Parts: sequence; C-alpha cells; structure tokens
Amino acid sequence: MLHIVVCIKQVPDSREIRIDPKTNTLIRQGVPAIVNYFDLHGLEEALRIKDEHGARVTVVTMGPPSAEKALKLCVSMGADEGVLVSDRAFAGADTLATSYVVALTVQKAEQEWGPVDLVFCGKQTLDGDTGQVGPGVACRLDIEQLTYVEKVEHLDPKTREIIVHRHLEDGVERVKAKLPVLITALTELNEPRRASLPGVIRGTRYQPVVWTTNDFEDIDRSKIGLRGSPTIVSKTWVPDPRAVNTKVLEDESTDAAANHLLDELLATDLPQKLGWVKEAVSVG
Amino acid sequence: MADERFDAIVVGAGPAGTAAAYTMAKAGLKVALVERGEFPGAKNLFGGVLYRQQLEELIPEWWKEAPLERTIVEQRLWMLGEDSVVTLGHRNEKYKSPPNCWTGLRVKFDPWFASKAEQAGALPIYETVVTELLMQGDQVVKGIRTDRDDGELEANITIVADGVNSLLGKQLGVHREWRPHEVSLAVKEVIGLSKQAIQDRFNLDANEGCTIEIVGQTCGMAGLGFLYTNQDTLSLGVGVMVNDLKKHRVKPYEVLDGLKQHPMIKKLIEGGEVREYSGHLIPEGGFNSIPPLAGNGWMICGDAAQMVNAVHREGTNLAVTSGRLAGEVAIAAHKAGDFSLRTLSAYNDAIRASIIHKDLKKYRGLHGLLAYENSEKLFNQLPQAVNDAVYEMLLVDGKPKKTKQKQAFRQLKDASGGHNMDLLRLGIKGWRAMNG
Ligand SMILES: Cc1cc2nc3c(=O)[nH]c(=O)nc-3n(C[C@H](O)[C@H](O)[C@H](O)COP(=O)(O)OP(=O)(O)OC[C@H]3O[C@@H](n4cnc5c(N)ncnc54)[C@H](O)[C@@H]3O)c2cc1C
Repeated sequence: MLHIVVCIKQVPDSREIRIDPKTNTLIRQGVPAIVNYFDLHGLEEALRIKDEHGARVTVVTMGPPSAEKALKLCVSMGADEGVLVSDRAFAGADTLATSYVVALTVQKAEQEWGPVDLVFCGKQTLDGDTGQVGPGVACRLDIEQLTYVEKVEHLDPKTREIIVHRHLEDGVERVKAKLPVLITALTELNEPRRASLPGVIRGTRYQPVVWTTNDFEDIDRSKIGLRGSPTIVSKTWVPDPRAVNTKVLEDESTDAAANHLLDELLATDLPQKLGWVKEAVSVG
Repeated sequence: MADERFDAIVVGAGPAGTAAAYTMAKAGLKVALVERGEFPGAKNLFGGVLYRQQLEELIPEWWKEAPLERTIVEQRLWMLGEDSVVTLGHRNEKYKSPPNCWTGLRVKFDPWFASKAEQAGALPIYETVVTELLMQGDQVVKGIRTDRDDGELEANITIVADGVNSLLGKQLGVHREWRPHEVSLAVKEVIGLSKQAIQDRFNLDANEGCTIEIVGQTCGMAGLGFLYTNQDTLSLGVGVMVNDLKKHRVKPYEVLDGLKQHPMIKKLIEGGEVREYSGHLIPEGGFNSIPPLAGNGWMICGDAAQMVNAVHREGTNLAVTSGRLAGEVAIAAHKAGDFSLRTLSAYNDAIRASIIHKDLKKYRGLHGLLAYENSEKLFNQLPQAVNDAVYEMLLVDGKPKKTKQKQAFRQLKDASGGHNMDLLRLGIKGWRAMNG
C-alpha cells in the first residue's frame, strides 16, 4: 500500500491578523488558529489518492502542543495517523531548521509505518510566506520535488508514475515523475472535504503521536531551533498604504452614474488588459 | 450512519445543553454534545448577567475558574424621559462575598462550560447542525440526523436544547411558531472602552461591575434596554416585543440608535468603539407558553422550552437548572433501562417542583400585561410622566409644594388614562403581573 505523508502547520487565521503598529510584529494573541489552507489541499489530494488506490496517510506537524487540534481535524477528514513533533528545543526555527526537523520526521514515519511514496506540503504558509520548507524537505530527503502543483492528472501505484500540472508564472507545465516525490500544493488542486460524522467522532477521540527531540536518535542539535536558524530578521515594517487617485462620480441618478463609471473604465487600458479588445479602438 | 450508539445525545451546547451533558457524563453515561457553532458560544448572545446559584449546584465554586467579566455590586433601574432620567439603584458590599452575579460574555463563558462537560467525558461534535430527529414510528425519538456525510447518530435519549428558535421542538410538535406577542427581538452592541474609563464613569473598582436596566425611550413600544459593564467593554442593548415592532414598523437597531443618542447614555459610551453587533430572540411568553417537556426518548430544556424569566432577565440559570434536571432524569432512565415517557415524565415533575416553575408562574401575568396593555402608555407616557413629576417636585420656582404635588399626581393620572381608577388599575395589574 502507498504511504503518503502530509506536512501541515497550524497558523493564525490570516483573516483576523493585525499588525502591532508599535513593534511591527504580528499580533497573534486572541487570533484563532487554523490549518494553513494550502496544507489542507495537500491533505485532500492525499485522501483522494487513498480513496482511489488505497493508501496510508500520515500527517505530521512541528509545533506547540496546541497544534494537536490541527492533527485531530486532519484525522477527522480521513488521515490515519497524526504526529506532533513538539519540543522547546525546536522553538525559534527558521525554514532551514524547520525543514531539517520535518525531514527527520518523515524518515521516522517511514521507520514506523513503512516506506514513504509521496510527501505533500502546502505551497507556502500564511504566516511566513516563504515557500521554502517543502523544497527544503525534498532536498534533505533527496527525492524529486514537484512544486506549485494545481492538478494531479495521473498516478499509477504499479508503474510508480505520477503526472502533475505545475502552475508557473508563464504557463502550466505538465510533468511526469517517478515516486517517491514531494509535492507542494496550490489551492486550485482540489476542494478540501468536510469531515463525515464518523470522521468527526474519530478525530475528536484521536490522540496524536507526540515525538520530542529524544525520539530522534541521530538528531544534530546544532541544526534545530534558534541555534540552527541562520536567518536574521533585521527589520520589519508596514508599507505605507499606496496612494490612489480617487475620483468621486456625482451624477443625478444611479443610471447616469453607472454609465459615467462605464465610460471612465472604458477610457482606461483595462479592457485591453482583460483581453476584451485586441487593440485600443481609435475612433475617427 | 455512525456505527456506534450513545446513551444520550444533547443538541445545542448553550447553558442548558452543556449542563445536561455535564451531568450525564459525570455519572458515566456515554454522551455526545452536538453544536452547530464552530465552538460553543461562537455565535451566542445574551445581556449578560451570570448568576452564581444554579451553576453552583453543578460545579461548586465554578466562578473561581470561569472566565467572567466583573462582579456586580450595583444594579440600577433607569426610567428615561426624553432628556432626563429617574434612577433607582442598589449597591451593596455584601454582593461581593459570596458573589451574587457577574457580567459575562458568551464567547468566553460557553467554551469554558463546555470544556467542563468534555473533561467529564462528553464527546464534543461541533460545527455540526442537527437537521432533524430520527423517529421510530411517529412517537419515539431514536437519535439525530446531522448535516454531515454519514450523519446519523443513535441514542437512547435525545435532549433538545437548541435555543429559542427550536427547530427540533417544532418537529416534535411541542413548538408552534412563536406568536409576535410571545417573543421580543433583542439587539446588542459590545462597545470597547478602556478599563479606566469604565471604572471612572460607573464609579467602580477594578473588578466591580454595575448593571443598568432601562425603561422608557423605546419609541413607545414594550421593551427594556440594558447597559452592563464588562472588563474593557460595555454591553448595550434593547429588547422589544415583536408585535410592537410590527405595529410601529420600527427596526430594533433604530431603537438602539435612539438610546445611544440619549444624553444619559451618550455620556457613558462616549469615545467607545463598537466591536460587535448582534441580534437574538428572547421568548417572553414565560409560564403560559411552556410546552410538554418530555416524550418517548426525548426531553427539552432551556430557551427551547421557553424557560426565561422576562422580568429579571434571567435565562442562563433556568437553562442550567433545566439541563441538570433533564440529565438527572436521564441517569435514572439509564439505570432503569426504560426511555419511554413513563420514566422521562419525571422530568416534567422535576421542573414543576423547581424554582423555574415557581418563578415563571409568579410572573405569568406579565406577558399579558406586556402584550395587551397599551405599550405607548406603559413604556413611554408613564416613564415620561414620572420624569416630569419629579422635575416639578424638585424645581424651586416659588409655587407651593402642595400645588406641585397635585400637579405631579395629575400628570401621572393623565398618563395612565385620565381617571384615578386608571392609575389604580394599572398599578394593580402591574403588581399582579409581578407577584402572581
Ligand atoms: C439580548 C439578551 C439578553 C439576555 N440577558 C440575559 C442575562 O443577562 N442573564 C441571563 O441569565 N440570561 C439572559 N438572556 C437569556 C439567555 O441568553 C438564554 O435564556 C440562555 O442562553 C438559554 O440557554 P439555552 O442553552 O437554552 O439556549 P442557547 O443559549 O440559545 O443555546 C442553544 C445552542 O444550540 C445551538 N443550536 C441551535 N440549533 C442547533 C442545531 N440544529 N444543531 C446544533 N446546534 C444547534 C446553538 O448554536 C446554541 O449554541 C438574554 C437573552 C438575550 C437574547
């Protein structure tokens, strides 16, 4: 049976995040925690593969004890096992240290539950936005990486072939690869499912597996936590709101205002940008 | 369908449902607590004052760990005139130990209370809407259907605690649509203000709180306003009888906006920032509207069963008591192995013997008074007349006091209908409504 590992992170709900104007840091207090939604798309794809071909889905996360809740959600959706890697020694990790620990975790999951065929990560996190952890994990595991995947076209567990569509800046790339691979998921990949009632019951009762530094035999302590994180945030600032030219259209009636607005819009380069007209229409 | 069975399912993790789930789980029953909100309290609203007494019977000294706002040391009643107020209030150090009641916010209190039920062993099933009760024949409830895939769940007993607009109560036929004179519609704002400002403006120390109930200035409709102090917010709201809203074609928030403009209130909320705005129904029918409370395989409690004391703005405590009683009857039924009405009707009796019934009975005339007495008279002319009368009495303008007294009395009489007897009749009616 295929073994799929999905890497997730619990993040503050970005819809409710504010920035402290004095310290320029995120105000995390009181902001509800959610599963980074790119990761949920990764999980959904893993679950679809499980539904179609049969697979064992293991979800792993590095985070504080409260991240248990995120794993329970994943189990309620259909994951088989959830692993929380949690230790004070991991705190303060940047993407380099994080990818080191996550890669170790995938390897340990492999020892526990069998060889890993696929690893899913989100494209990036909502709170860090770097998009570096997925590729970092792939490098450390020394497996192929398929980033920015918007579609899994085909997967054959026998030939161990996978075909995916990668959404790049200048187009879509259709790629064939051999398992094992690491995929980073875009939201276009799928629509994450809502847990069924038996799923919720299972997820609620589920107690995640917890691993601390002591559970990793050959861990190199100089590569974890703050010590293993060379990244230095030298400065953060909130960009000034971009100045916009505002024009208030005052007309007698709503109809007149709507027409006026349409005229104004048509006079810009917007129709051309949207591809409504091939070239600017010149009159006269 | 989930292939496991529960001893009991509770629908709704408000104070009523959670109390029932807690009671049963603690006794070792296998309980599922189903709530549609993302977490309990996520969308729930009340005034809100939480009372010590009834919850104490469930969790001794609960207030020492529950997230509460301020201990209420002073309660005021305001009778508003157009730009004036007559105040009645009581403040007492004795309200501090043991504390009598607190201000609270449901987003904080409900999750805490539900966590107690979870710790006792109840299985939380949140973000899940119960769409209907599963029936065996047309008499016996055997579980629930939810909006999730494979969403059926079976249990010996289902406790319905889904609040004022109880859809499941309707399915059971114990609920008809509320008639407009049986419910009021409340709107509430939570207004952010610094701790210091709250303490200065309301004359309070760090954890002390004060409540103000407001009569008058509800656009001539039957209704009550309230202003409560939280740690760093104020809860300001007003509930108005739905039949009056319909008659006057006024929106509830217009009444609230009106109150906010009143000189007395404006000063207290000045500089505050509105954080939340919400609306909710309050059943005001009281005793006259309580439906049958149990049947084969089911019991109903809290707001879903109309258990609100409209006069004293109590509801959570009645909900908690009814939930506890339903839980206790469920435990007895579990022991007896009989879940039919024969056993569950003990719940009817328990409610009848409890304070809920006594209190609701005491005030049973009130909803009649609210619904049938001329609201304009009761909630506008009379408070205004009281204000005018007091104004006259305290104004030093050279007129002899005796003349003033006569004048004041005439104003009150006119406001209540013009005859001496009218004032008397209204007085007696009001007294009866309050005192049974
Ligand atoms: C404006 C206002 C002010 C009030 N002030 C006070 C006060 O100061 N003090 C006081 O003691 N009481 C007050 N009350 C009354 C008090 O709020 C209620 O009496 C009390 O909340 C009733 O508790 P309950 O558990 O019966 O219902 P609710 O608190 O309404 O709980 C019902 C729960 O069921 C859930 N639910 C509903 N339908 C479904 C479904 N189909 N599936 C799953 N879940 C469902 C809801 O999400 C909710 O969590 C006030 C009420 C209002 C509206």
